[in-house]
Amino acid sequence: MSIDKAEVARIAELSRLEIPAGDMDKVAAQLSSVLDFVATLNQLDLEGCAPTAFAPSDAPLRADERDGRRLTPESATAAAPETEAYFFLVPPIVENVNP
Amino acid sequence: MTSPLWQHSAAKLAALVRTGTATPQTAAESGWDGPGAAWETDVHAVVHTDREARHAAAASADRGGPLAGVPVLVKDNLCTTDYPTTCCSRILAGYHAPYDATVISRLRAAGAVVVGKGNMDEFAMGSSTEHSCYGPTRNPYDLARVPGGSSGGPAAAVAYGLVPVSLGSDTGGSVRQPAAFCGVYGLKPTYGRFSRYGLVAFGSSLDQVGVFARHAGDVATTFAALAGPDPFDATSRTSPVPDVSGWDSGVKGLRFGWPANLWQAGVEPVLVDALERSAVALERAGATRVPFEFLPGEYGVAAYYLVATAEASSNLARFDGVRYGHRSADADDVRALYTHTRSEGFGVEVQRRILLGTYALSSGYYDAYYLKAQQARTRIRHEYEAAFTRCDFMLLPAAPSIAFRLGEKIDDPLAMYLSDVFTIGANLAGIPGLTVPTGLTATGLPTAVQLLGPEDSEAHLLRAGRALEVGGDVTRLSRDHEVEFAWPTKR
Amino acid sequence: MAYEAVIGLECHIQLKTRTKMFCACPVEFGADVNSNVCPVCLGLPGALPRLNDRAVDYALRLGLALGCQIRAESVFARKNYFYPDMPKNYQITQYDRPLCEGGELPVVMDGVERRFELTRIHCEEDAGKSFHPERVGERRISRVEFNRAGTPLLELVTEPVLHTPAECSAFLTGLRRLVRALGISDADMEKGQLRCDANVSLRPVGATALGTKAEIKNLNSIKGVEKGVTAEIARQSRALDAGEKILQATLLYDADHDKLAIMRTKEHAHDYRYFPDPDLPVLCVSDERVSLVRSTLPELPWVLEERFIEQYGLPAYDASVLSDPPELAAYYEACAKGAEAKLASNWLMTEVLRILKEREWPLERWIQQVPAQRMRGFLAKVAARELPGPLAKQAIEWLADEAGTIDDLLARHDVRVQSSAEDLLPLVRQVIDENPVPVSQYLSGRTATFGFLVGQVMKKSGGQAVPQTVQELLKKELADRTQ
Repeated sequence: MSIDKAEVARIAELSRLEIPAGDMDKVAAQLSSVLDFVATLNQLDLEGCAPTAFAPSDAPLRADERDGRRLTPESATAAAPETEAYFFLVPPIVENVNP
Repeated sequence: MTSPLWQHSAAKLAALVRTGTATPQTAAESGWDGPGAAWETDVHAVVHTDREARHAAAASADRGGPLAGVPVLVKDNLCTTDYPTTCCSRILAGYHAPYDATVISRLRAAGAVVVGKGNMDEFAMGSSTEHSCYGPTRNPYDLARVPGGSSGGPAAAVAYGLVPVSLGSDTGGSVRQPAAFCGVYGLKPTYGRFSRYGLVAFGSSLDQVGVFARHAGDVATTFAALAGPDPFDATSRTSPVPDVSGWDSGVKGLRFGWPANLWQAGVEPVLVDALERSAVALERAGATRVPFEFLPGEYGVAAYYLVATAEASSNLARFDGVRYGHRSADADDVRALYTHTRSEGFGVEVQRRILLGTYALSSGYYDAYYLKAQQARTRIRHEYEAAFTRCDFMLLPAAPSIAFRLGEKIDDPLAMYLSDVFTIGANLAGIPGLTVPTGLTATGLPTAVQLLGPEDSEAHLLRAGRALEVGGDVTRLSRDHEVEFAWPTKR
Repeated sequence: MAYEAVIGLECHIQLKTRTKMFCACPVEFGADVNSNVCPVCLGLPGALPRLNDRAVDYALRLGLALGCQIRAESVFARKNYFYPDMPKNYQITQYDRPLCEGGELPVVMDGVERRFELTRIHCEEDAGKSFHPERVGERRISRVEFNRAGTPLLELVTEPVLHTPAECSAFLTGLRRLVRALGISDADMEKGQLRCDANVSLRPVGATALGTKAEIKNLNSIKGVEKGVTAEIARQSRALDAGEKILQATLLYDADHDKLAIMRTKEHAHDYRYFPDPDLPVLCVSDERVSLVRSTLPELPWVLEERFIEQYGLPAYDASVLSDPPELAAYYEACAKGAEAKLASNWLMTEVLRILKEREWPLERWIQQVPAQRMRGFLAKVAARELPGPLAKQAIEWLADEAGTIDDLLARHDVRVQSSAEDLLPLVRQVIDENPVPVSQYLSGRTATFGFLVGQVMKKSGGQAVPQTVQELLKKELADRTQ
């Protein structure tokens, strides 16, 4: 199996997802089967192939001018689960801990 | 006897509105009163709509535009100010975007009436529209089958006549495959031709908004209305937009590639038959068949499921319960806020792809997975470029099968992914693709073929699509001859 | 055991463009909560970034001023991590193909020119702001707002070539002066416009291998950087002397208590999964563009400083003070026309800067009140000995508060400066006549009484005599009396 439960736990952590303990085996198996399939890429001759990373664009860069698309504080916070005086509220952020 | 408004093509409908014979209001509601009343409960193509919003949109529609008064359903991952935008995910339940996507603004500027949001696989991740938090959409031609995905709702809505045109999005085939399953046209343009501003991102270097319609001409009209550079999307193309006004000018003198090795095995016989019939029709219309071998699509599927999931894992990080959308009630600290919100809000397939993508990018694996996939992508692009030195466009299947049954592939992610084997390459290479319906099987299920061309070859694809629409009969090419659509019958 | 500290600095410079790095929201200090936000910098679904052209210009200015190699094609990458002030939970930055590489910052320390090598400079976006937990009734919450999110930043990284806290503060002072001279940032550390993290490791003197480094954050002023680095060097020295191993860690510096606190970090928290941002094309910078920026660079501050020393004969210290900010340098030059270069530097550095500090005036206000032309008039009078010391100090305050030429001011305040021999000779003679004992003491060799006699003349003149003239006249008269 290319990916074990410890690995799944690590990437779940990085992704801020919680996999129920009972599902870990199934998730590891499913991910492994995809990764095994993905290994077919190793059969391709990639000589002289630089990674494609960009869609080409010939557009000029944006000029440093304001436009009319700013939101008001009302509309910026309208969809928020919790706000107060136009601040977004979250649980306490403890300074020397990574959330 | 004149046919009811809802059966008209967009071209005909817009003409009636421009001359004042019909109003945007009656055009918009005809779909709901007609087939909508009979079909929507079973098919479930629509996830957000309401009469007031439709009326308001119709009331402000420009009655002189190329799509004057034409009702359009848009996939639920396109931001609209007048309907919710949820990507059919719990994590965006109730979200109202404060802005319209650029393609939505352009639709409206052309006179179209946005009548609601179409069902989709959550965050566009799926090939069957079975992964929607609102429940699946069913294929109008057989309610026990899927309409395809991830843009199943928009495809089905056009097929049963709710609207003549709809918008979807295509990252690995999510417009072209449901178009094939639902027997309608589906265009994915060249990457960068339609703005992505306001399209909720899944695989940013692969995503494009796409068009569904029952008639090749309507695809052309909609393409012309939406295409063009957008200063709000740095990946949109600024070179001149291909001129598709000659979509009915035929295919005489064009060459079409015939990569038969791709369907020697694994493609249903009715679809192979559709390919043969289409090749003959194109030849009849004056095009030349150029047989050659082409790189099998499985490599593309492998590369795709690394690149798309990697980009998605990053694009979906913003859904965290802080600024919009769902927030878990169980959030005592920030870590719990993130983890519980996302685990509650994202469906299983989305979580699976986020994990895959995070893995492909993570330290120690980046070279072996993501980087290698991007190299494979370059190779695939070169293959297409080489092929298109020998032909103007390629004819190949849109999918390995006709619409499969609901539940058939849902437990086997890999099988589901491999159903994209013919569509994924175009997204990796950034080239345009058009699904062309080719009639119903003996049991009344849609068949289709796919046309792929080099960058900015939409004009050729539409000309070929039109030629196939009239069965290769050049005497009927002209747009004045509107082909009868093969409507699904209620069973 | 004697240790050598090896220090590398990572600085973030907030650019003073009109709009943010990837959207057209205004960049401004102190705006209402969440009033400078849009779908892009708020991370709303469907939003896409668009690069700010002026930010690229500013980056090029800095890179060229520091002698960096400019990459013709550089790449924006996503740095993925979760934090409440991150609207997308990734930061758009540059990773393995940054815009500028190499380069060095020249700094004069103790009269010696040093050149601190740099690793790179790249463009990135700032995060929003989060505020410390507070109580709302029973609950504790934190607040977040995004006006700052998306503000253009340049990240500048030095090679590990600094060795003392003093070098760190000299580096930052020089960097701050440079970005102000280039007009790309106001670099006010209190406003967060210039931020600095320090990577510190120790090794035995003479060793070549690097020790384990610790990262010090939350250094909010130049003094704070010096003190924080000092504290860390002390902490590591104590640990090494006690035989402990230095663990790689991030520490927060608390300036109020001069203490360091270790940040608790989860394992794997820093797998940022960098990859090229698919929403932004490669940044192509042409040779023409680079040439244009290079040709429009202002005089670099260390060049200006050198020129002040040579052209105006200023001592090194004066030249360094007057070279920053650029407005002060320009004002100085305008005031220093003619022969009063040294005089101008004295008056600016002592009196004018003192007045600014006392009155809490920004430099712009002084320059508005006392344009260079008025200042030159004042300096000319002082140079001509028509404005003695204490009087001049008073007069400069009048310049700040009132309108009119220096002559107008003196007339208005009923001041007559006695500077001519005509005015002063009678007084001198009177004093000599009235003080026979001190005079004869001076004449018989007790030169100390000279000062007393000068003082008497000053007193008689009501402080309005020019001391140098008094001295000259007194000397001459006394010399005459010996004959």
